[in-house]
Amino acid sequence: MRDSIVRLEGAAKTFPTPEGLSVTALDALDLDVDRNEFLTLLGPSGCGKTTLLQAISGFVELDAGRILIDGVDMTARPPYRRPVNTVFQSYALFPHMTVGENTGYALEVAGVARSERMKQVAAVLDMVGLAGMEGRRPRQLSGGQQQRVALARAIVARPKLLLLDEPLSALDKNLRQAMQIELKALQSELGISFIFVTHDQQEALTMSDRVAVLSGGRIQQLDTPRNIYDHPANGFVATFVGASNLFEGQLDNGRLVTSEGVSVRYLPSPASVSGAAQALIRPEQFFIAEEGEACPYLDVDVEQIVFVGSSFELFGRTAVGHKVIAEIPASRRRFIGEIEQARRARLSYDPAAVHLIRCDTDGI
Amino acid sequence: MASDLSPASRRRMQLALLLTPVSLFFAVFFLGPLAIMIATSFLAPGLYGGVEWVFYPHNYGRILGFADPAFEDFDPVYISIFLRSLKIAAFTVIATLLVCYPAAFCIARLSERSKNFCLFLITLPFFASLIVRLFIWVLILRQTGIVNEMLLATGVIDRPLELIYTDGAIVLGMVYIFIPFMFMPVYASVEKLDWTLVRASLDLGAGPIRTFLRIILPLTSPGIAGGAIIVFIPALGNFVVPAVLGGAKVMMLGNLIEQQFLSARNWPFGSALAMMVMSVMLVMLFVYVIATGRRGADVTN
Ligand SMILES: Nc1ncnc2c1ncn2[C@@H]1O[C@H](COP(=O)(O)OP(=O)(O)OP(=O)(O)O)[C@@H](O)[C@H]1O
Ligand SMILES: [Mg+2]
Repeated sequence: MRDSIVRLEGAAKTFPTPEGLSVTALDALDLDVDRNEFLTLLGPSGCGKTTLLQAISGFVELDAGRILIDGVDMTARPPYRRPVNTVFQSYALFPHMTVGENTGYALEVAGVARSERMKQVAAVLDMVGLAGMEGRRPRQLSGGQQQRVALARAIVARPKLLLLDEPLSALDKNLRQAMQIELKALQSELGISFIFVTHDQQEALTMSDRVAVLSGGRIQQLDTPRNIYDHPANGFVATFVGASNLFEGQLDNGRLVTSEGVSVRYLPSPASVSGAAQALIRPEQFFIAEEGEACPYLDVDVEQIVFVGSSFELFGRTAVGHKVIAEIPASRRRFIGEIEQARRARLSYDPAAVHLIRCDTDGI
Repeated sequence: MASDLSPASRRRMQLALLLTPVSLFFAVFFLGPLAIMIATSFLAPGLYGGVEWVFYPHNYGRILGFADPAFEDFDPVYISIFLRSLKIAAFTVIATLLVCYPAAFCIARLSERSKNFCLFLITLPFFASLIVRLFIWVLILRQTGIVNEMLLATGVIDRPLELIYTDGAIVLGMVYIFIPFMFMPVYASVEKLDWTLVRASLDLGAGPIRTFLRIILPLTSPGIAGGAIIVFIPALGNFVVPAVLGGAKVMMLGNLIEQQFLSARNWPFGSALAMMVMSVMLVMLFVYVIATGRRGADVTN
């Protein structure tokens, strides 16, 4: 058996809706989180991320399945007897207590003596960059500072696992990026596993050891950020993480041919492969070939070109109307003028960079 | 011209104009009588009612322990009525709180529609006359009332219990009357309690009891304190409930004051008693303002 800090086995939860129907928030979900791992749950709104966290922290009772934390079955334990702490999206700081009392709450509850408590509180506040702020009230702090107190409060008693439900979503972009780096550093320093929920795929890709992409209460793919991006397991993951061009069709001897007749080459192409599949080409894999370069290509009618600083985003359609998005680095801007004039572009690609998604492995 | 004034001073003037009728009303009908009462409480009672215009501290003396040696020895009956009134008012506060606090949590968790319906039910008694509602308790509690009849019929007792005309009956009547007064402030603070804070506490390892004591109770304490004041003050001076349910035996400050003004015609002594009630209230309000001024800002956040 794997040495996991958290293990979910067949976790299932449905909620009744007021209309008398039911929503499946967790659909017989299995998950293993490794020790000292930064795992991110990524998925669209309503896919069950919060429900999954609450199942682990004990605020949602499962309909079926088990939860083991550090090998111990916790399925029936109340939240206050699980070695798991949460950083809430709204911070949930106790308004009637000082920063020091908030931070030391878990220690106070555990019966740690006052002097020892104050020492640990000071140390952890120092760790999150709030040294000496013990006496302040939560409402006297900025959003970012409150966020740090919430973090300090959750880690002070060294839980085995920290759950973070979109902790950064209320912060502005710069602060968010700073906190992303700090969180990651803090995680490796503490050696606690983090399960981090976010809507923001960039955040998920930059911070995590592994990313779990959720949809409809199921894990669509659980892998390293790179594999999620380069080798998405199915069409959902491909379109949810990063921009993508997906071509659906039949495999035929090194090409994929869509029903409208668009043909996409791919490599390597074992002869035995055939059947229905999707071909994924990321926008940045398209390029404008130099004269005489021999690569496969797609000809598109250009609808719009958007300058985004480091690159141009080109929106076009193939002759049969399939939408294509390409990202042309700004270093190749000399082609852009031509393309704008002609309203047409020849988008080349490397067949080795085409990722094939076989339809029999498609999760949705 | 109005346009010469700065916006701030114009706003202040508008406010003053708006407040004038209220201020006048209070000056004439509240501060005026209060001043008259304070003055009267330091005058000597006239032989046949009315007052004599001499300074006379013994009105307070009769209550606090230095009776006018010319008339009487000091009689502790007044201080004991005073203490009993405090006790009954305190019991009323505790009992209404015990009823309203859990009820507020139940109602706050209901759907919007059921919530409004419950709040309507709680205010419903205001539509019926207070006296009628109290006399219903007489019918229930008296020797030949429903409770005694039932207990006698089922053989639990063989002689009617003495239920009415006791301190207990007064507290019961008071609780009955003052429940809506306690409920509203308590409900207001329970309703706006942030349940994620409760979750955070449980998450950090605090069990239900500790979470209640450390989080729920402090965060709802402004409502509890407000309700306690709103119930305690009128309960202390109430004279209708003891008059109806206390009979002639049990007297509270309210009845004593009423008696001094209407039957004994000793206005100075009545005023002194009223001032005693008033000073208890002032002390309580003062403590409340100090306490909420310090803590309220944290809790309401
Ligand atoms: N207490 C509840 N009662 C009824 N339905 C619920 C409850 N909690 C969640 N749901 C439903 O379960 C599904 C999953 O909800 P969940 O909160 O886990 O989504 P989420 O992935 O966290 O979404 P978001 O990204 O918007 O926070 C949703 O369809 C939601 O409507
Ligand atoms: Mg959520």
